[in-house]
Amino acid sequence: MSTTDSFDLQPPRPAWGISLPTRKSRTTARPIRTAALPARVLLALETPGGTASPLVATGEQVLTGQPVARTLDGLELHASISGTVIGLLQHPVADGRGAPVTCLEIEGDGQDLAWPGLRPGDPHSARPEEVLADIASAGLLGLGGARFPTALKLMRVHGGRLLLLNGVECEPYISCDEMLMRERANDVVEGARIMLRASGLPRCIIAVKNSTVQVRVALRDALEAAGDPRLSLAQVTSRYPAGGERQLVEMITGEEVPAGGLPTDIGCICQNVATAAALASFYRTGRPLISRIITLTGGAFAEPVNVEARLGTPLAALLPEAGGLREAPVRWIMGGPMMGTRLTGPGLPVTAATNCVIAATAAELPAPAAEQPCIRCGACAEACPARLLPQELLVAGRTGDADLLDRLGLAECIECGACDYVCPSHIPLTEGFANARPLLEALLARREQARHARFRVEARSSRESRRIRQEQSALAERTRALEEHPDADALARLLARDRGS
Amino acid sequence: MLAGLLVLVGLSAVLGVLLTLLARRGGAGDDQDVDAVCALLPQIQCAQCGYPGCRPYAEAIVRELAPLNLCPPGGEQTTQALARLLDREVGATPTQGTFRPGTVARIDEAACIGCARCLPACPVDAIVGAPRFMHTVIAAECTGCQLCLPACPVDCISMEAQ
Repeated sequence: MSTTDSFDLQPPRPAWGISLPTRKSRTTARPIRTAALPARVLLALETPGGTASPLVATGEQVLTGQPVARTLDGLELHASISGTVIGLLQHPVADGRGAPVTCLEIEGDGQDLAWPGLRPGDPHSARPEEVLADIASAGLLGLGGARFPTALKLMRVHGGRLLLLNGVECEPYISCDEMLMRERANDVVEGARIMLRASGLPRCIIAVKNSTVQVRVALRDALEAAGDPRLSLAQVTSRYPAGGERQLVEMITGEEVPAGGLPTDIGCICQNVATAAALASFYRTGRPLISRIITLTGGAFAEPVNVEARLGTPLAALLPEAGGLREAPVRWIMGGPMMGTRLTGPGLPVTAATNCVIAATAAELPAPAAEQPCIRCGACAEACPARLLPQELLVAGRTGDADLLDRLGLAECIECGACDYVCPSHIPLTEGFANARPLLEALLARREQARHARFRVEARSSRESRRIRQEQSALAERTRALEEHPDADALARLLARDRGS
Repeated sequence: MLAGLLVLVGLSAVLGVLLTLLARRGGAGDDQDVDAVCALLPQIQCAQCGYPGCRPYAEAIVRELAPLNLCPPGGEQTTQALARLLDREVGATPTQGTFRPGTVARIDEAACIGCARCLPACPVDAIVGAPRFMHTVIAAECTGCQLCLPACPVDCISMEAQ
């Protein structure tokens, strides 16, 4: 199979979703910039795979790339600069949630001395479990925004059939993956091959948008150079939210991820292209995950650009990389304009989840118009990528009917905001769903409790009936023995046994 | 023509008898009904309905021996859900009794005399203890049914917020 043929994989345009202006060109004109070394970093120790415990003490000198914390699963987090450990503190980070998390603070010495410790071997001759251990010790987290530990995800697949590298990046403004694939296509391809080695999956598809020509050219060249027949490319329609994990899996495989399930349930694993590139870079240079590419964009920046920044760098320290602020932004957003979260300001440190920071002006992202009554047009249901009925969900949420929310499938909502975008009455549907989620979670928790209680009651009643049966059979045996040998000796023996027991 | 008619009449007779027999047996279907009803009950096991637990009440409901509105922890919502499931009328009588949700039993360990009488009273085996040893409640397993309260001779069990 030649790599040019593989371009034939072009899934049809999905029925759901919306077309959005991309607004990416302002950051794709400039190459990726390397950010200046920050004076201090705050490394978030909490990951979705567990919180890492520090391996270093306050006041200790650390080198760039030195492990400073480890989770129970062996995932190691590393110092992103060389310097002195200040200590632990609770601080909100740019991970899209904004709640304070435990951070390790390091003050830089400005020298960026590299730690010599990590020297991974050749991944293609190593055993899969050794590669997985290497991936965990490289501190690789999903760079698509979820920060899920890569090694844990690759370990979960049993008898799977497809590794899907997600390079679709369907949200407007964000271009960090696009620039990464243009400039480091070889790393993406090599990372995919290492992931295949670690997971034992037979095949990898790299999914990109059909509108990004330079990405396709770069990846095709890289695939030709690698000459690995297990890898191929797919072009999906640039439609929002085609880059959602479930949506992408469905478009590529033609199978739906089951409700409440994961892509692994249908034999797929999704990884972000940047994660693959970081993995290849680790094997090439021995440098663990200590930096990521961030899109700094929005009308308020003088020179919107993609920068590669060390993890833990305060966002404020990155502003000069984008030429500083031309005007005061009306809104700071982390992530894209559709699913991103609002930041109070540029005070938070960068995490592996920080893909984009938008400093928006009033002209480009105006405040939403006033809400009007629903006219039952059904546009939201047509746009919904999870095939839900947003207008019905909204009513269920506002009346607090948790049962109905469950029946309508609120759990499947990915909060993409497509329904908000198409709503002619400007109803903030997604916001309503986010607010209704605790109701649904309480209902599910109650159900789980009831299921557990029922299990315990059944266990108890079967135990009790077993005990009664045993007692009855023992009684019957004694009665029979007495009837067969009605002598005083036997009676005395049985009585003695009864007392003893 | 006549042959065709005879075949049809014969077939209907045979099938009719077969279906009647199957409906009379009905064992498996009953069990499934009880499971479905039981799944709607909140599994507190408080026995306030007059039956010794949620499953016995579900069995009584399926056999049409009990009304649908006897479950205080489930409240009106459960009554309505049961009515929807079984397609029965509930009438105007509101669901009986009251229940304070979100509470668990707690044993005052200083006052506990270690009599072990509360152990068999607990429907979900949530009390740990042995005669002449202190008892305690596993809060995560307690459903808040309050059945251990009358069993305690020294009133050292109280209900507390979870």
